[in-house]
Amino acid sequence: MHELAVTESVLKIAEKHALLANAKKVTDIFLVIGNLSSIVDESVSFYWDMISKGTICENSKLHFKRISASMLCLACNQTYDLPGELIPCPNCGSFQVKVQTGDDFYLESIEIERT
Amino acid sequence: MTTQKVQVVEKIFEANDQLAYQIQDQLTKAGVFAINMMASPGAGKTSVILKTIEQLSSKIRMGIIEGDTAPVTIDSDKVTALGLPAVQINTGGQCHLDAVMIDRALKHLDYENLDLIIVENVGNLICPAGFKIGTHANVVISSIPEGDDKPYKYTNIYRGIDVLLINKIDLLPYIDFRMDYFQQGVEILNPGLTTFSISCKTDEGIEQWVDWVADQVVKFKNQLNA
Repeated sequence: MHELAVTESVLKIAEKHALLANAKKVTDIFLVIGNLSSIVDESVSFYWDMISKGTICENSKLHFKRISASMLCLACNQTYDLPGELIPCPNCGSFQVKVQTGDDFYLESIEIERT
Repeated sequence: MTTQKVQVVEKIFEANDQLAYQIQDQLTKAGVFAINMMASPGAGKTSVILKTIEQLSSKIRMGIIEGDTAPVTIDSDKVTALGLPAVQINTGGQCHLDAVMIDRALKHLDYENLDLIIVENVGNLICPAGFKIGTHANVVISSIPEGDDKPYKYTNIYRGIDVLLINKIDLLPYIDFRMDYFQQGVEILNPGLTTFSISCKTDEGIEQWVDWVADQVVKFKNQLNA
């Protein structure tokens, strides 16, 4: 989707926390992305290299931790992971299901160097 | 040289979300109810808005915010032609509206003298889902020609909305649109979602939709005065 806006947001958050921690340089960025939050890792990485140039985050490495989209079937109580597309409960075929995980999208931590 | 891991745990959309909450607060204090209208290009966002104006503007003071990626005023011109205040946002190619743009647009709208603002988001089924803009209700318009598989492909847009409009139902006899299949997908994503089947061409269902809007505005005002 809107990976440029998203990547700019990542940079702002990383810069803020680097400053708070008196960092000289940010070396690694750890992102957590749920599989429901339509974000493409490659696009974020692509924009990252461009927009982090000249900032405290220049040359830092992005790490993506993916969280699966887990569903709970309200009919038979089974949980299952979405394969990518929306499917009914593979156990009983019910459409009465609820999203449990997969919405996450946050910056978990950064690794910094200090002088 | 020492390296150190710094715990952050901050949502990527946090800054936008915070501003959106502020905007909602600001609108609530001014007593104006706001609706975010989302859909793919050509689903009928502008037509639905014009129909809503036609039916409601004599009873409710309305204003419109139009979002487009290109520097055009086609949509806002249609609204101002009806004598209503409209603000056009040109996102400069960006695929969605965000809270910053709404914040800016509100400076050009005398919203304190309005009861209802409808925001027409950029035509897109993916990006607008991620960005809160401070409205009180989120509405998606799907249309028959788009096909019945949309909830299965664009899951996020159907979640967290308050109303779904299924537009262009006058075209049902001509298009292979399995209503059961479509609604089953929506049910997974947003159980019990309020849905209106409408046609801006024949006016079918428009009254029910407009009644819902009027009802929301009244409820909102009553809550404020309670």
